[in-house]
Amino acid sequence: MTLTTYIVVAVIKIIVVVFIMLTGVAYTTLLERKVVARIQNRWGPTRVGPFGLLQPLADGVKFILKEDMIPDSVHKGLYILAPMLALAMSLVAIAVIPFGNSITVGGTTTALQITGVAHATGAISDINIGILIILGATSIGVYGVALAGWSSNSKYSLLGSLRASAQMISYELALGLSLVGVLLLAGSLSLRDIVNAQGQNAWFGFVPHWYIFPQCIGFFIYLMAAFAETNRIPFDLPEAETELVAGYHTEYSSMKFAMFFMAEYLNMFTVGSLATLLFFGGWRGPLFGPPLLQSLLPVLWFAIKVFFFIFLYIWIRGTLPRFRYDQLMAFGWKFLLPLALANIVVTSLIVALRA
Amino acid sequence: MIHQILFIIFGVICVAGAVNLLVQRHPINSALSLVVVMGALALIYLLLGAEFVAAIQVIVYAGAIMVLFVFVIMLLNAGEEERSRGSHIALLLGVPGVIALGCLVAWTMLSHNTQLGGVRINTADFGATQPIARLLFRDFLLPFEITSVLILIAIMGAVVLGRRES
Amino acid sequence: MVPLAWYLVLSAILFCLGIFGFLLKRNIITIFMSIELMLNAVNLTFVAFANYWNEHAKTVAEKVVPLSGQVFVFFVMVVAAAEAAVGLAIIISVFRTRETLNVDRVNLLKL
Repeated sequence: MTLTTYIVVAVIKIIVVVFIMLTGVAYTTLLERKVVARIQNRWGPTRVGPFGLLQPLADGVKFILKEDMIPDSVHKGLYILAPMLALAMSLVAIAVIPFGNSITVGGTTTALQITGVAHATGAISDINIGILIILGATSIGVYGVALAGWSSNSKYSLLGSLRASAQMISYELALGLSLVGVLLLAGSLSLRDIVNAQGQNAWFGFVPHWYIFPQCIGFFIYLMAAFAETNRIPFDLPEAETELVAGYHTEYSSMKFAMFFMAEYLNMFTVGSLATLLFFGGWRGPLFGPPLLQSLLPVLWFAIKVFFFIFLYIWIRGTLPRFRYDQLMAFGWKFLLPLALANIVVTSLIVALRA
Repeated sequence: MIHQILFIIFGVICVAGAVNLLVQRHPINSALSLVVVMGALALIYLLLGAEFVAAIQVIVYAGAIMVLFVFVIMLLNAGEEERSRGSHIALLLGVPGVIALGCLVAWTMLSHNTQLGGVRINTADFGATQPIARLLFRDFLLPFEITSVLILIAIMGAVVLGRRES
Repeated sequence: MVPLAWYLVLSAILFCLGIFGFLLKRNIITIFMSIELMLNAVNLTFVAFANYWNEHAKTVAEKVVPLSGQVFVFFVMVVAAAEAAVGLAIIISVFRTRETLNVDRVNLLKL
């Protein structure tokens, strides 16, 4: 593959992925409103288009057309930088996620992953520190939240951002440690290798070789930490409406607010994808049909598994109440973190004994 | 050629960020320029083939240590730096001394440029996670354990210092 | 191929800028950040030399040694993290009693 084709293919992949992701974000908001409405015995949006299907479009137009207000006493540069940083970092995390194996279009084979490369031999490789890049992007994303609250020069924003950054830093530890069990089993930090490691022979002949079965405790910790990391109910203290108006984005309006909104939903996609890749076998599933279908079916399986997580998010939002802040911190430090450490010790012991 | 261009770009970002750290009066601007320096350094580490170190640099330095700095600046609501008369000795002896030291080091390095040779991006898995882990947990096991004790003491010290006296 | 000297000069420049910050800044947090800058400059030297010796190693046994340059970076980071935790705690407790971050005003040993 020459450098020019490489760049062209990379740009096409980036455009397609960003387009699909942002459309997905828009329709996730609709899904969330519909499902939560059903849980609360309401209808949800119905007016725009059939079943309210054009509602995201209306929301988008409204976001763009609204006045972009910048309050007087904000720290202007950081106030503008913060939403961009939050959105950019959630997009960076998506760059390393593999959606499928590979696809051949017009004689050019490429990996279904922005940072994946298909070699001339047919082998496909990707970044071998993929997980670390996702963790790094989420930890840089904390700056978006922290700076937004600080630069707004408003007490609600500041309190919200202090809560958010403390919560994100605390739960990042549990999140990272919960993944170590899977990494020990797979023996790699590359997301593609981890998925391939889950393609081994099924356990007892019918249970797929997914890491959720040996790592159910790790998955539980990951799930809890992921909810806290994305600031979702039951850990949505940073934007608790009853206490803090809207938390760190109180002073934001128009597209800047939309950027925070998109970043939050993209982060949901990222943690959902990570859970799929590490615990549920990624894109693995039954394959059939012509070659093109065979290369696109994995993407469908992947999307279905991620959809399950998004639905779980919404379901929990409609069901559970909010934690108190001290309960949240105690839960993270006194329960999740020791449990994650114990999980690592037991897993590494078993891996060492079997080796 | 591309290697050199990339090095120059990231190196200029590094130096610009470091200079900005000194010029800015507000601590939060300084902290953010230091984050930029660390990000650019991580990219330079990638050029040197140290991918794991680069990732750790972003996660630990930019993502944890600097967040702590930003957090403290936010918590104390630190304002702009006051202009006060600094130490004259630092200004009179320190600044020329540091400039002389920098020039001396740079001149020494550049004059021995050809003998030193160069570095290139290697394709082998030098700097990958596995060999580093093997070295860290086998050959450097004792220092590693000692640093864990160091971290523990630091945590306890921070808790004791940060606690409000009742 | 980039000459090793370039990396070392970059590291020296960053280190000198760190010393400048340490000497000239009056805000205690910024002084702290200058120290972090100096530590980062040293890390760059470690990584550059690790790559350099890997390039110039001849036997397989020699190949292992250069990697310790990268391992050293971890230890520097650990020390930096411990230092930041304790240092920032000290800064907070100083701020509580003196209500200032200016080092010129923190001129008494007694708080």
